[in-house]
Amino acid sequence: MTPVRAIIAKELRSAFVSPIVYVVSAVFLLIFGVLSYLAVVNAGSQAVRLMQLQGAAPQLNLNDLVFRPTFYSLAIVLMLVLPLLTMRLFAEERKLKTFELLMTSPVGVHEIVIGKFLGVYAIFLGLLALTGLVPLVLSFYSSFDWNPVLTSYLGLALLGGLFLTTGVLASALTENQIVAAFLSFGLLILVWLLGGVGVVLGDTPAGHLVSYLSFIEHFDRLVRGLVDTKDLVYYACGLVLMLFLAHRVVESQRWK
Amino acid sequence: MIEAHNITKRYGDLTAIERVTFTVAKGEVLAFLGPNGAGKTTTMRILTCFMPATEGTARVAGFDCFEQPVEVKRRIGYLPETPPVYQELTVAEYLTFVGRIKGLGAADLRRGLDRVVERLSLGDVRHRLIANLSRGYRQRVGLAQALLHDPPVLILDEPTVGLDPKQIIEIRELIKSLAGSHTVILSTHILPEATAVCQRVVIINRGRIVAEDTPERLSARLRRSEKISLIVKQPPADLAARLRALPGILNVFEATDSGALLLECALGRDLRDEVARYVVTNGWGLLELKTVSMTLEDVFLHLTQHEEGLAGGSQTQAAVQIEEPRNL
Repeated sequence: MTPVRAIIAKELRSAFVSPIVYVVSAVFLLIFGVLSYLAVVNAGSQAVRLMQLQGAAPQLNLNDLVFRPTFYSLAIVLMLVLPLLTMRLFAEERKLKTFELLMTSPVGVHEIVIGKFLGVYAIFLGLLALTGLVPLVLSFYSSFDWNPVLTSYLGLALLGGLFLTTGVLASALTENQIVAAFLSFGLLILVWLLGGVGVVLGDTPAGHLVSYLSFIEHFDRLVRGLVDTKDLVYYACGLVLMLFLAHRVVESQRWK
Repeated sequence: MIEAHNITKRYGDLTAIERVTFTVAKGEVLAFLGPNGAGKTTTMRILTCFMPATEGTARVAGFDCFEQPVEVKRRIGYLPETPPVYQELTVAEYLTFVGRIKGLGAADLRRGLDRVVERLSLGDVRHRLIANLSRGYRQRVGLAQALLHDPPVLILDEPTVGLDPKQIIEIRELIKSLAGSHTVILSTHILPEATAVCQRVVIINRGRIVAEDTPERLSARLRRSEKISLIVKQPPADLAARLRALPGILNVFEATDSGALLLECALGRDLRDEVARYVVTNGWGLLELKTVSMTLEDVFLHLTQHEEGLAGGSQTQAAVQIEEPRNL
């Protein structure tokens, strides 16, 4: 068994014996359930209104009415929830001095960082898969285009990956789990707000650059069903950058 | 097997260790002795590649700790000050994880696991969560972790802390049994422990090595005079003065608690016979007469307090913290 797989296995084991994963999953799925319920009810009332206006059953687009708003809200929920999954990764190792064991074992720092990230990413993907129940149930009672839903899931998986790597970095920076969680909230919200700053700057090179840095527009296209390489490149670069920074931070601790 | 050459570690302005040089031969057991904060842990962390030295070089099994850390790490079993255990895992799960990150294959891992569980008597707690174990058990799990991949070099930071007297003896026996086949460095501030298990002692104080030798030679080297302890049943008031007048006696002190007199005589002279005859012929009643040998403890206090005279620091405090020898 390679060290990376050993670390993934250990992370999964640790996660599932701690209450955090259960609490986070329960709250996350509950919020997602309520969000999609509200979106479906809203779609229903719009359908009734349209029927009264036009007198005939309209063609309702579930992709526009239900999935898109739900996935947007879900992205915000992820921003608040995922730092709770990553906060302990390095902070706890350092607090409990098990960090010394990892750093004196013949494993590379990159293997530790990647192993920890993949462990928590697997948990996140599991959670995301569970939210797939909503489109699945809806597909029995209505018809909609699956493709934008699938690209939205691709977008959520990439977005979640970026959030988690940011969390890994934040956790590597401190011994305190609360500081780690708060730091990743802060970083993520700031990057999110860059989208708004981009709009203020308007149609200038600076404006485009700032909007490009925010994950909003990249996520937006994927939710609309548009898979553009430049968005995939954005996420890939963001992920690698965050993991690289986390690697440097962990490595630098030896020099202090 | 282990060579440290002029290693210095500074944390900002604070110098933790300065120009520390020593070597450990293959199969040797070496003790690092020193008050808290002397730099024992820092030295060990450098040898285990946990952090690099600011200056100087350290080599383990022929590999440089800075240039080839993975090769060094493969050959080292390390028990840090705090046992590095994951509370949420069971003992078996934890050791399996450690074995995997140390790169053991499935068969070696199973063998290693059985071996350390047996040697550290962890059989009863094998499937219990580490969170529920006592301090002593955690310490033993930490040791098991260091021994799991049967490394040629063991670096143990205070291996017997938190253990009960019976376990301390067992762990010392274990370390002694490793001598010869393994190279061991252990740190301790319990002096009898160093005498009991180690062939060589390095005394480190304020980041510098102040002495390095076998425990016996260290005490011999620092002995300036022979001491005799004497207890008399009915001592006359001027006994100390009378004894001082005897030929060959340099000085006489009154030992504080036991009521004994300490007679200091020139190095290499045994005056027990003369003193006994003197006391008996005067009819004072001789109760006890014995030579006092200088213990490692005296050596240690001598060396660390000597430093205090030079540096004028708070060394007495540190020296006082040295634990009393435990009666085992």
